Amino acid sequence: MAVSILHRATGAAMATAGAILLVWWLVAAASGADAYRGFLDLLTTADGSLNVVGYILGIGLSFTFFQHMGSGVRHLVMDVGANFELKSNKRSAQLTWLWSVCATILFWVYLLVVKG
Amino acid sequence: MGSGTEIGRVRGLGSAKSGAHHWWMHRLTAGSNFLLMLWFLVSIARLPALDYATVIAWLQTPLAAVPMLLLVISVFAHFRMGLQTVIEDYQHDETRVVALVLLNFYVIGMGALAVFSILKIAFSGGAA
Repeated sequence: MAVSILHRATGAAMATAGAILLVWWLVAAASGADAYRGFLDLLTTADGSLNVVGYILGIGLSFTFFQHMGSGVRHLVMDVGANFELKSNKRSAQLTWLWSVCATILFWVYLLVVKG
Repeated sequence: MGSGTEIGRVRGLGSAKSGAHHWWMHRLTAGSNFLLMLWFLVSIARLPALDYATVIAWLQTPLAAVPMLLLVISVFAHFRMGLQTVIEDYQHDETRVVALVLLNFYVIGMGALAVFSILKIAFSGGAA
């Protein structure tokens, strides 16, 4: 139940905040170096690392994406008529949390630790 | 599916006259989003930096520009259908029509900006 409504919430969040950020990035890159610097200033500090806004949007949107992906795959399984037994249905809902938390941590460990 | 004429059941279009097309396209774009977003996240994470020169050089290559165009089309089509379903489920008065019109303006306007920007970078190197 919670995971199901969250699928809509995460989708709506990416369709607004995520899409605006993506289009902003592309339009800034296509508008020249000055416009692109303005976009980067929103998300990064002077030395190039992420600022508070960058971390909140980056971690928030990546977690939102992985959660939507997990609950989306769960819904695709239910679309073929499977996984409606209460026990396995609940377990798969909990698995979407395990997946989204682990995938977000791994993604950011790669960006911040492995890549440096 | 038990009522209606036999030809109606064969066509399977129902009262909405479009059958399961919207439902099926939503699932189809979920699959293409899955592949394209994985490509995007891996590519972004593996770029040495996200500064202007690196991003422009990357988006100029066909193997970045074309998946990026496909991603915008697939993702935007997917969230247009998703938000349309949300609006249809929760808005029951005339505001539903307004919300659906605004949704379409938003998706097409944002999509056009994204597609034009990708093409401009790919063809001209992003020079203003």
